[in-house]
Amino acid sequence: MSLLKKVMSGLVLFVSMIMGSLWAAEPEYSTLNLRPGVTDNSQLVYDLHMEVVVIMFAVAALVFAAILFAVIRFRKSKNPNPAKFSHSTTLEIIWTVVPMLILIYLTKPAISLLLDMEDTSKADMTVQVTGIQWKWKYKYLDSDIEFISSLSTPAEQYNDYERNAAEKGENYLLEVDNEVVLPIGKKIRFLITADDVIHSWWVPDFAVKMDAIPGFVNETWAKINEPGIYRGVCAELCGRLHGFMPIVVRAVPQAEYDQWVEKKLAEKAEAERLAAEAAARSWSMEDLMAQGKEVYEAKCAVCHQSNGEGLGTFPALKGSKVATVDSADDHARLVILGLNAMPKFGEELSDADLAAVVTYERNAWGNDTGDTVQPGRIAELKAGK
Amino acid sequence: MAHDHHPTGLSRWLFTTNHKDIGTMYLWFSFIMFLIGGLMALGIRLELFQPGLQFWDPNFFNTLTTMHGLIMVFGAVMPAFVGLANWLIPMQIGAPDMALPRMNNWSFWILPFAFGLLLSSLFMEGGAPNFGWTFYAPLSTKFGPPSTDFFIFGVHLMGISSIMGAINVIVTVFNMRAPGMTLMKMPMFVWTWVITAFLLIMVMPVLAGAVTMMLTDRHFGTSFFDAAGGGDPVMFQHIFWFFGHPEVYIMILPAFGIASHIIPAFSRKPLFGYSSMVYATASIAFLSFIVWAHHMFTVGMPVAGELYFMIATMIIAVPTGVKIFNWVATMWRGSLTFETPMLFALAFVVLFTLGGVSGVMLAMTPVDKQYHDTYFVVAHFHYVLFPGAIFGTIAAVYYWLPKWTGNMYSEFWGKIHFWFSIIAVNLTFFPMHFSGLAGMQRRVPDYNMMFEGFNQMSSIGAFMLGFGQIIFLGVLIHCIKGGKGKATDKVWEGAEGLEFTHLPSPAPYHSFEQSPEVK
Repeated sequence: MSLLKKVMSGLVLFVSMIMGSLWAAEPEYSTLNLRPGVTDNSQLVYDLHMEVVVIMFAVAALVFAAILFAVIRFRKSKNPNPAKFSHSTTLEIIWTVVPMLILIYLTKPAISLLLDMEDTSKADMTVQVTGIQWKWKYKYLDSDIEFISSLSTPAEQYNDYERNAAEKGENYLLEVDNEVVLPIGKKIRFLITADDVIHSWWVPDFAVKMDAIPGFVNETWAKINEPGIYRGVCAELCGRLHGFMPIVVRAVPQAEYDQWVEKKLAEKAEAERLAAEAAARSWSMEDLMAQGKEVYEAKCAVCHQSNGEGLGTFPALKGSKVATVDSADDHARLVILGLNAMPKFGEELSDADLAAVVTYERNAWGNDTGDTVQPGRIAELKAGK
Repeated sequence: MAHDHHPTGLSRWLFTTNHKDIGTMYLWFSFIMFLIGGLMALGIRLELFQPGLQFWDPNFFNTLTTMHGLIMVFGAVMPAFVGLANWLIPMQIGAPDMALPRMNNWSFWILPFAFGLLLSSLFMEGGAPNFGWTFYAPLSTKFGPPSTDFFIFGVHLMGISSIMGAINVIVTVFNMRAPGMTLMKMPMFVWTWVITAFLLIMVMPVLAGAVTMMLTDRHFGTSFFDAAGGGDPVMFQHIFWFFGHPEVYIMILPAFGIASHIIPAFSRKPLFGYSSMVYATASIAFLSFIVWAHHMFTVGMPVAGELYFMIATMIIAVPTGVKIFNWVATMWRGSLTFETPMLFALAFVVLFTLGGVSGVMLAMTPVDKQYHDTYFVVAHFHYVLFPGAIFGTIAAVYYWLPKWTGNMYSEFWGKIHFWFSIIAVNLTFFPMHFSGLAGMQRRVPDYNMMFEGFNQMSSIGAFMLGFGQIIFLGVLIHCIKGGKGKATDKVWEGAEGLEFTHLPSPAPYHSFEQSPEVK
């Protein structure tokens, strides 16, 4: 029996070590456990998670202890003559009813929490989130702000095929160019949708994960309690760069948020003025090519590659029908409207950028059509002329 | 053996209608697929060993996860169970063969073509399927590579093969049992397989429907799954999981049956609660049809739907718990020995329990919103599939191999295989719980450095696990070539069932030419 006691106490120690590490992990957002997060509901989700972990570990520990006891005590050398029993109605009733009671006990808090999580009424403000291969678009419905947020980790950090990747920053793959700024203490409703395939908008610190489905709008909400930067990811496989479209939320006090809105609106007005200016003037081939290369590298090279040769299902542009045989207008229309897996760039890019990138694609890599496309023509195409 | 006049060489295998030959082919086919799918898993773990992209383009990484899933589910686990059913069901019910031997031949020989189609897509322009084994629309319809059509026809063929296998099991069990073997005297493996066969017949057509709708969406202008044409991408998920959830039990119920033979044999004590085992299996199968949307708690279902699917799912824990408690009670006050099959069966019970408790956690909708599509889910389903379905199959092979070949395998190497596998399987999959909880999403080729430690453990474990199965191959070949000498007819001291009590080792080509009497 002493061996048995040793083993049993070892088992208890092992389980308490695992449990201990989970508890100890709590304060510092460690890499072992769920995060308690910064909303009331994320805290409740965390509490429910810990409760079910403890109960489930206890159930499993009980089963394992019984197996271990049997393995040690009832081995043939210790118990050469097996018993003959093969059923016990009492026992079977007990182990049907007790698990049911445990489940009922767990279900109760889960139901009330779920009802609250799904209640998106009485929101203070609304943000529309659109998943696009492989970036997020945010539209603040109350303040006329709209921007696209994409990964800002440079490719040198993740492209390690030659074993020469640049040193990775602390927020590797969890950083973006445009953060979503949100006020604390306000009930924010998120309207979530997608342009192409299904994505899923997940910010663990809010316990919010909602699928972004093309053609449908899902609703969820969060009320952030603490200012800070909260990082999330796309959780639903959405194609090649699924792992490369993070979410960064910066939560700030209301006053700071109002300032940010002012700044964004001013920036928007300035950008519109510049775009109008750029659209009005006539661009030279050199200017279009220089600007076009920049836009191409930022927006197109992910699929069509820098050398224009495409990759897998992504078609080559070098020497392609679209970029050399078809008219410049047809080419520009395709970039504006998108086609199958190709996103619509008409909304995302300015007229000048669209004109530049089409010009670039028609003249780079030996395509040499000599065509130039002016921003004014893009505006006409957008208007359906 | 005197009047066995079957062809030899290649035509023996091509034209055979014998349940043992067909069972053998199924098992080898499944083992080859297991190794191919395993190599793909190693490709995945290689890329995930450290942050950064070292080996594969992200698109090929997605191909690896997709093909790994498809091959393991449809190529390794399901054919392995059909192979075991072929070998064991006639011997266990006192029949000479399966009821429909020619269909049996056909249902096997479809498989190499099905997987030939699927695997050939790896060499096609545009690459192989890359949308996950769950092939959610519209990623698989509008955005799928051209080879998606080969995948669709491959799935159709696999479905036809599975349905034929299932029909064969049902017809055999209901018509060819020995006199005296009433339904409630049937061995547990037969019971679990009959129930599995009904699941297969009911859900494989649903899968066929789903891929057919994909095909017409891709080529014939329909929009079942495209909102722009009045369809609904979420409907795809409902249809897929209406197949997919019963499929999960298709991949585990026969393993339950296997454990219910091995544990009593090495406890030298009858199975505890036989009839509650049968009823629990049937209730699990029934419940598997009404819980599918628990895979979809983040698609934005109405809250009433979420509540229903949460509660219905949690109920499954009750019959599953009954089975586990019954196995423990079978060992209680038995006289236990730990030959390789028993070791694998015990590991099955212990690790399946772990996968079961994480299953209860995942069933709870509010917390599932955090777990969903993270490595926590990957950990959960690998705990029920590897130590569940695969350990179950391995345990069965060790347990019945002496009966099949007439030779004893090497107990020493069997145990080495076991200890290697059990350490590696936990090293591979346990850390995934942690990386998932900490926020690592599924199906990504790269990750932040905070997940590096756990991913390295998983990768090392995966390579160990892969190596361990080469030991298994060695043990199998050694045993078939003669092994450690002749097996007795009863093989194991505590073995029960017609195949051990009424048949010699190796079992004759036409198992029972005269029906045994079952009292």
